[in-house]
Amino acid sequence: MANNKEVVLDPLFNNNPIAVQVLGICSALAVTTKLETSIVMSLAVIAVMMGSNVSVALIRNFIPPSIRIIVQLTIIASLVIVTDQILKAFVYDISKQLSVFVGLIITNCIVMGRAEAFAMQNDAKASMADALGNGFGYSLVLLLVGFFRELFGSGKLLGFTVFPLVNEGGWYQPNGLMVLAPGAFFLIGIFIWFLRWRKPELVTAD
Amino acid sequence: MEELISLFVKAVFVENMALAFFLGMCSFLAVSKKVDTAMGLGTAVVFVLTVTTPLNNIIYSKFLKESAMSWLHPSFETLDLSFLNFLTFIATIAATVQVVEMTLDRFMPGLYNALGVFLPLIAVNCAILGASLFMVERDYNLIQSSVFGFGSGVGFLLAIVALAAIREKMRYSNVPPALRGLGITFIVTGLMSMAFMAFAGIQL
Repeated sequence: MANNKEVVLDPLFNNNPIAVQVLGICSALAVTTKLETSIVMSLAVIAVMMGSNVSVALIRNFIPPSIRIIVQLTIIASLVIVTDQILKAFVYDISKQLSVFVGLIITNCIVMGRAEAFAMQNDAKASMADALGNGFGYSLVLLLVGFFRELFGSGKLLGFTVFPLVNEGGWYQPNGLMVLAPGAFFLIGIFIWFLRWRKPELVTAD
Repeated sequence: MEELISLFVKAVFVENMALAFFLGMCSFLAVSKKVDTAMGLGTAVVFVLTVTTPLNNIIYSKFLKESAMSWLHPSFETLDLSFLNFLTFIATIAATVQVVEMTLDRFMPGLYNALGVFLPLIAVNCAILGASLFMVERDYNLIQSSVFGFGSGVGFLLAIVALAAIREKMRYSNVPPALRGLGITFIVTGLMSMAFMAFAGIQL
């Protein structure tokens, strides 16, 4: 079990999927304009990743190596369809805001990457731990970015006003850059900077 | 015609796949260390996007959309298979990439060698699937989706080659150690994305 604990905790900082492995960045940036969408997206990715890692681990000995990518893609795509239908049924508004990015979980490199790199070699239990760990590592970045973008971009958190805006009679002048694409790039860049400054062993050569 | 040119310009600059929608970011960051390889990946993306977006459009409008199958038999009038679109699109993309790879290998070995490992990687590039999903969401017809696919590809090529050129030059600058590599790449991409936002509002 000690081993499984390590598998869960390691991807949080030391081997964070976004900041260190450089996987799954597309969705991390696109859905984080609000905290709410970040939370829903994180949950969706964790669910899909756990499903796919466990399924791939269970049938890993029966998958011929030459067609393994197609098999993994089919498993992931089916799980994403289920997730998309559930989101449409229960949180329709958020599902509309996430638009194409739910579908893009299929090509989210974290899900594929973990299925290929971990679930193909390990049993179902370890793969589940790995999916949880990487899911949390991914969610951590998503929530941090979503938190700052919503707070500084529109002065709100989860739709509740934290900083009253100037045009609503308050004092906070919203930082429009945060809501736009460049803000997300800068925030993730700063997050990586901070992480590597605290953990110099992660610094890469160029 | 004007509308199509406008759509093309929009897909290349204003709604740039990589810089405005963050699609294809993984390969965008991983394969932008050298201009040559960036060029290879970019060309492959243009190629595959131009083929798959219209192809998926045909599949969607003839098979998956609500009442799309009525051309086959009137009783399929109420059939709505649009929930299958993710699975179908990704299968189409993977198959197209495979076919393109084999065709190039047989008839254009020069180009095949130049694209090298990037072709198979493209099957899981979010920009490709993203273009197809945007095509569905925005209800493009066949011609519009061809233009949109080609334009998105060109936009991606432009962005990745520009980033690779900046990164090649950046090797001579003194970046703080913790920011080297991924960190500074993100910040440069952010600056590029800001520059591309200047195109917003261009109307032809």
